[in-house]
Amino acid sequence: MRMLEGEKVTKYFGGLAAVSEVDFYVEKGEIFGLIGPNGAGKTTLFNLISGAFTPKSGVIKFKDKKISGLKPYKICRMGMARTFQEVKIFTNMPAIQNVALGALFGTPKSLSPAKATKEAGELLDFVGFSVPQDVPAGGLTLVNQKRVEVARALATKADMVLLDELMAGLTPTETAEAMELVTRIRDRGVTVFMIEHVMKAIMGVCDRIMVLHHGEKIADGTPQEIAASKKVIEVYLGE
Amino acid sequence: MDISVFGSRKLWVAGLALLILVALATLPFYGSLYMTILMTAILMYIIITVSWVIFSGPSGYLSLASAAFFGIGIYASAILLPTTGAVLPVLVVVLIAGALSFVVAVLVGFLTLRLRGIYFAIFTFGLVELIKQFLLFWEFEVTHTRGRYVLLVDSRTIFYIMLGIFVALILTAYFIRNSKFGLALRSIGENEEAAAHSGVNVTMVKVITFGISAVFMGAAGATIAMRWTYIDPYIAFNSLFSFLPVLMAIFGGLGQFYGPVIGAAIFAYLEETLLTKFPYYYMLIFGCVLVGTMLFMPFGFTGLIQKGWRRLIGGQHADA
Repeated sequence: MRMLEGEKVTKYFGGLAAVSEVDFYVEKGEIFGLIGPNGAGKTTLFNLISGAFTPKSGVIKFKDKKISGLKPYKICRMGMARTFQEVKIFTNMPAIQNVALGALFGTPKSLSPAKATKEAGELLDFVGFSVPQDVPAGGLTLVNQKRVEVARALATKADMVLLDELMAGLTPTETAEAMELVTRIRDRGVTVFMIEHVMKAIMGVCDRIMVLHHGEKIADGTPQEIAASKKVIEVYLGE
Repeated sequence: MDISVFGSRKLWVAGLALLILVALATLPFYGSLYMTILMTAILMYIIITVSWVIFSGPSGYLSLASAAFFGIGIYASAILLPTTGAVLPVLVVVLIAGALSFVVAVLVGFLTLRLRGIYFAIFTFGLVELIKQFLLFWEFEVTHTRGRYVLLVDSRTIFYIMLGIFVALILTAYFIRNSKFGLALRSIGENEEAAAHSGVNVTMVKVITFGISAVFMGAAGATIAMRWTYIDPYIAFNSLFSFLPVLMAIFGGLGQFYGPVIGAAIFAYLEETLLTKFPYYYMLIFGCVLVGTMLFMPFGFTGLIQKGWRRLIGGQHADA
């Protein structure tokens, strides 16, 4: 079953096509990777899917319902959550409240604050958050801030998460933990769509990968196919 | 912190609030008429400040539209309570004024709350000027009048209406601060994009809160108009009422619930006394007080009190 489907998705910034007629789909239960050089339009595509931007043309469907043009909070409540390339957390709130907020507002059915806090605590444990949960999130290390963001996304009871460069800026050990976290998220029944620059990571955990270049899709397939693709090698290494 | 200490502290605060309320409610019976009138003015400033804080405090959107909503209330009062006799009961007029301000705030909110930072501040300030200039044009070209007289209402009645608005506002502010809605508002102030993508209907939360804050400003304007008896666009839409709530809130300290209340109370009292004693220098003295606050009390008056309190009860927590 297809969880997410995009058809000729296009977005312009001025005269520049940031994303140009991109077709893609994500199967339920898979880990789908998105790679491409800087400025390829990866984060723009995430912004289009999550509702931050509206595509100029093309259709995005989530669980067979059209979501392009919907507000971000509606898309979130339908079961799609995301993280950001530049971590976006509520810095003056305790870590646990950051996560509880997702449980309080992101779910279709409203939870009681006590229940939301309890779930938030469990999710922080799940993502490997390693410091006291009641400290303000702004003072946390990068890896813990990223964990808070992932936990907040999961707290919305998402069926699918968009992870935007989860591993950027992490140490090798933390990257390995993050890779393991991504597979554990999938094992919970959550479909994962991730942007990543760390090649080892993306080749290691993804079921399928799509490559963007200058806003256009140049390849998609299994990690082996992508690694063997001439076009992809040209883009990354030059002719 | 020990839970039992926390619980008893809450009880103390509630008791103190009740005591203040009783003292205020019985003021006209033991205080002079001047005290009642002074207290009405102080309550008015507190109302404008706290209603400004309801929205701009947690959301981080600096609104300079306070004077617009206040002025709408004043004009509603002037139109519905002419000197020829009240069209409607005084209390109904106050409620209508609040409702009118709410409607204008919600409409303006939908149009402008997508603006961020300085753009929103400038637009809201422009709104005050826009309404003022429109009314001036209307009175000059259409009705050929200048200003309006408002039915004089008994000072005690005005005081009690103001007190009623104040109590309703404090309860509303407390509820918003401690509710899920208030959490959503704070998340918007901290990171609006993250809030939106975590399921918060940011537009709705912002617009509704903006509207709620305008209700109390409008109601206060309608009430004070009954004491001013003559109003015109310059008096009703005086831009000072856009800036004063910001200054009073900063003076009191935004960190605590009671900060803006105390700030507005001291500020209003200072203004009233300075205005009568130093009519020419009061703005100058005011300015010095503000600069002093910014420089030496970055967390406002209440921040200073808390710091002193912590020093008093235990030196080791002084900088906690």
